[in-house]
Amino acid sequence: MEELDGEPIVTLIPGVDSKKQMCFDWGPGELLVCETSFHKKGKSETVPGCPFIYIVRKDVDVYSHILRKLFNESHGIFVGLQRIEELTGKSRKAQLVRVSKNYRSVIRACMEEMHQAAIAAKDSTSSRQFSSQVSILSAMELIWNLCEILFIEVAPAGPLLLLLLDWVRLHVCEVDSILADVLGSENPSKHESFWDSPGNTQTLTELELKWQHWHEECERHLQDGTFVSSPHLESLCKIMLGDEAALLEQKNLLSNWYHFLVTRLLYSHPTVKPIDLHFYAQSSLDLFLGAKSRPEPLDNILMAAFEFDIHQVIKECSIAFSNWWFVAHLTDLLDHCKLLQSHNLYFGSNMREFLLLEYASGLFSHHSLWQLGVDYFDYCPELGRVSLELHIERIPLSTEQKALKVLRICEQRQMTEQVRSICKILAMKAVRNNRLGSALSWSIRAKDAAFATLVSDRFLMDYCERGCFSDLDLIDNLGPAMMLSDRLTFLGKYREFHRLYGDKRFVDAASLLLSLMTSQIAPRSFWMTLLTDALPLLEQKQVIFSAEQTYELLRCLEDLTSGRPEQGEPDQQLQDDDIEATKVEMLRLSLARNLARAIIKEGSLEGS
Amino acid sequence: MEEIYAKFVSQKISKTRWRPVPSGSLQPAETFATGSWDNEENRVLLWSTGDLGNLDSDGGFEGDHQLLCGIRHHGDVMDLQFFDQERIVAASSTGCVTVFLHHPNNQTLSVSQQWTTAHFHTGPGSPSCSTAPCTGVVCNSPEIVTVGEDGRINLFRVDHKEAVRTIDNADSSTLHAVTFLRTPEILTVNSIGQLKIWDFRQQGNEPSQILSLTGDRVPLHCVDRHPNQQHVVATGGQDGMLSIWDVRQGTMPVSLLKAHEAEMWEVHFHPSNPDHLFTCSEDGSLWHWDASTDVPEKSSLFHQGGRNSTFLSHSISNQANVHQSLISSWLSTDPGRDRIEITSLLPNRTLSVNSLDVLGPCLVCGTDSEAIYVTRQLFS
Repeated sequence: MEELDGEPIVTLIPGVDSKKQMCFDWGPGELLVCETSFHKKGKSETVPGCPFIYIVRKDVDVYSHILRKLFNESHGIFVGLQRIEELTGKSRKAQLVRVSKNYRSVIRACMEEMHQAAIAAKDSTSSRQFSSQVSILSAMELIWNLCEILFIEVAPAGPLLLLLLDWVRLHVCEVDSILADVLGSENPSKHESFWDSPGNTQTLTELELKWQHWHEECERHLQDGTFVSSPHLESLCKIMLGDEAALLEQKNLLSNWYHFLVTRLLYSHPTVKPIDLHFYAQSSLDLFLGAKSRPEPLDNILMAAFEFDIHQVIKECSIAFSNWWFVAHLTDLLDHCKLLQSHNLYFGSNMREFLLLEYASGLFSHHSLWQLGVDYFDYCPELGRVSLELHIERIPLSTEQKALKVLRICEQRQMTEQVRSICKILAMKAVRNNRLGSALSWSIRAKDAAFATLVSDRFLMDYCERGCFSDLDLIDNLGPAMMLSDRLTFLGKYREFHRLYGDKRFVDAASLLLSLMTSQIAPRSFWMTLLTDALPLLEQKQVIFSAEQTYELLRCLEDLTSGRPEQGEPDQQLQDDDIEATKVEMLRLSLARNLARAIIKEGSLEGS
Repeated sequence: MEEIYAKFVSQKISKTRWRPVPSGSLQPAETFATGSWDNEENRVLLWSTGDLGNLDSDGGFEGDHQLLCGIRHHGDVMDLQFFDQERIVAASSTGCVTVFLHHPNNQTLSVSQQWTTAHFHTGPGSPSCSTAPCTGVVCNSPEIVTVGEDGRINLFRVDHKEAVRTIDNADSSTLHAVTFLRTPEILTVNSIGQLKIWDFRQQGNEPSQILSLTGDRVPLHCVDRHPNQQHVVATGGQDGMLSIWDVRQGTMPVSLLKAHEAEMWEVHFHPSNPDHLFTCSEDGSLWHWDASTDVPEKSSLFHQGGRNSTFLSHSISNQANVHQSLISSWLSTDPGRDRIEITSLLPNRTLSVNSLDVLGPCLVCGTDSEAIYVTRQLFS
């Protein structure tokens, strides 16, 4: 196992007796913890302990009201990025820079709102919490912005410094005004003339020459003692020459080492090349911090960025931030810039996919943000689908509407197994609640013939018990769904038989009844009922069953009675046998009589 | 097109409704209510889009909508309706129906009345206190009709503690939505593709009429009645199909239009401009169907798009099978019905659009991306 990157954090569970042992279980994003009755020393006590089960979460950001906007808006940007057509060359770069700026503006909007909340907060704890969130978001934006300049814009020497200047100004704006006063008085014009337009028409060499010329002029002024009379102006001149000592004297105006770095570069190496940046960065860091203070995590991240070590940046950010949001989105964007080689992590997938999977899994442990997680899994080619299949089945379904949304997600991705299992759960619940129509509707959706059979059996059972059908509105209107299962077809046709009988269309009813038995779609257990249903038809004044049909009925009866096994409790069996025997006898009698009448009718001339 | 403003609100929105404007008022709608779902703590919120004193440089209104007040709601908000200017009725996934009262002086909402066991399951396998979600509610002062997953229809009257009338087991499947036809008659849609008309003047528990789709019994999720012609009804189904029905004639729909790619959650006729219809769906789109006759050059029955066709094709370019087919069981007597122009109103694809409402020139909709979209210039 690799060594730990940092010391594990200890979390105290309130209310739990420290002498007792705790038990725990892992969930997708959290831990369940509770107190056991076992003592650490081995004796167990019967004293009632803490009655609560605790949920321990590492990622609390997901539950922040304001950060939810960040998650939702960035989801939109992420999905848009995956779907945009691949352009090439400059327009591609411009496209990616736009996406990066979108992400950053979302972070800034969140920061702004969090800041408002901090001001409006009623108690100091929440105010402090909001403020610390603001600084975390601010650090995120700082890092992202630097990555955008170095990795996405890939600014060459010249424009690089301009962008770095903007970067620093954006984050140190309150100091900037003071600095502007100090520096701006003397020669703003001389500065600006070099940095005319973003699309610099001058070549790098022209710029270098001009700057060199100006630098020499400044030095000459210093040596000539032009500013001897005013120490203020003299130190200004030294600053403009990029003299480090002079700059450090103004340390209180420079809030941090990267501000110092950019200022230094501005005055001593304005045409710095990207690959040389890290020399100056390292020395600026050392000079600014001095011997006493140690670099903070943010400093390490920025240093790694200046060294163009993307993997180090991502790794440090993963450790520093409590939530995978930042690294997942940044890595994905950098991957689109084709900057990440397939860096093989020792657990198999590539870095972008790993981070996206972690982030999406975190979303799934949230009661509401799981819907965002689906799209992230979609864009993880190797393990995304499998992860989605596992997660989506475990979403609690409290209402049918939520279930419909989950089913739609599964169907769009052809996850038929999950559709079937979810529909089965819902259908079972519906059957238990006596909502047979709903149950049928779920089995139709899942094309689950077995469950449709179960529902039909329930209907038939109800009929046998009560002598009439419940939920006629459903059975009468099955439509093509009838074909889903044989039992369902039988149910529909049986109901049709009853309707025909009610309409006094006896001949049609009779042939339908017969076909139900001969076509084998009627379950054997129901044949007796069907034959008993035939009795009133046999006893009618007119002959309904033809001779042929009567022979068929006789055959069915024989089939039924011959294949009857002798099992079961003796008493019950005898009683049943009695009833059965009577029924069979009556049937035989009716059938015989009908046969006689039918033969006579068919044998005689028509019309009589 | 018109300006449409989006705002992220940190909760998935299940319902949005405009507050009705007082009759005779010329002002466009200003206030709307939203209900959330799938949160540990759901809320019913009231928002205002009115002129808050902010005019931008063009003299137009600032688009942003502001939160006025809110109240906690137990369970998901399954349906929401304004009972009158001050009262809102909310249907919950816990089977409870609540009437909230808005106090304009101190901008608060409070619970005015509650029927906690409006919908529940009673089956051989269900525990004795098994609740069922209430899926739809419709108001016609002083009456409130609710339907639920238990297949039950309740008729409540405000200020009466118990239901005035209950039809148990009105349906063996889930009732998804309900609307009034004429005052004593309501129409419900269920999850086996049937429309049922119930007459409260009759004593029995049977519907007075049943209509259903031919072919597959696709569940129907939403229904709306034409504001002027009380026999014309539009429904939206699970396959995204929009159906127009004439309840006086026959048992089958007049037209079937293939619209969305996924469940259609809501369909609304525009209350003052009924040639316009709006639908929203799980596929993340909101469509405006314009059947008005004042566009001269169209003649084909199979027409798609119009002046916004480029916009339409761009936003749905990767949905290959969107087409409009008009299947008439019999000829429509209104020639304007044959030419329909469809416009997609939302700028980007989002997660499901769960709800929409239109009043005058204003439209509001809520999505699963936790965003609310408002436009107050619908027909410009």
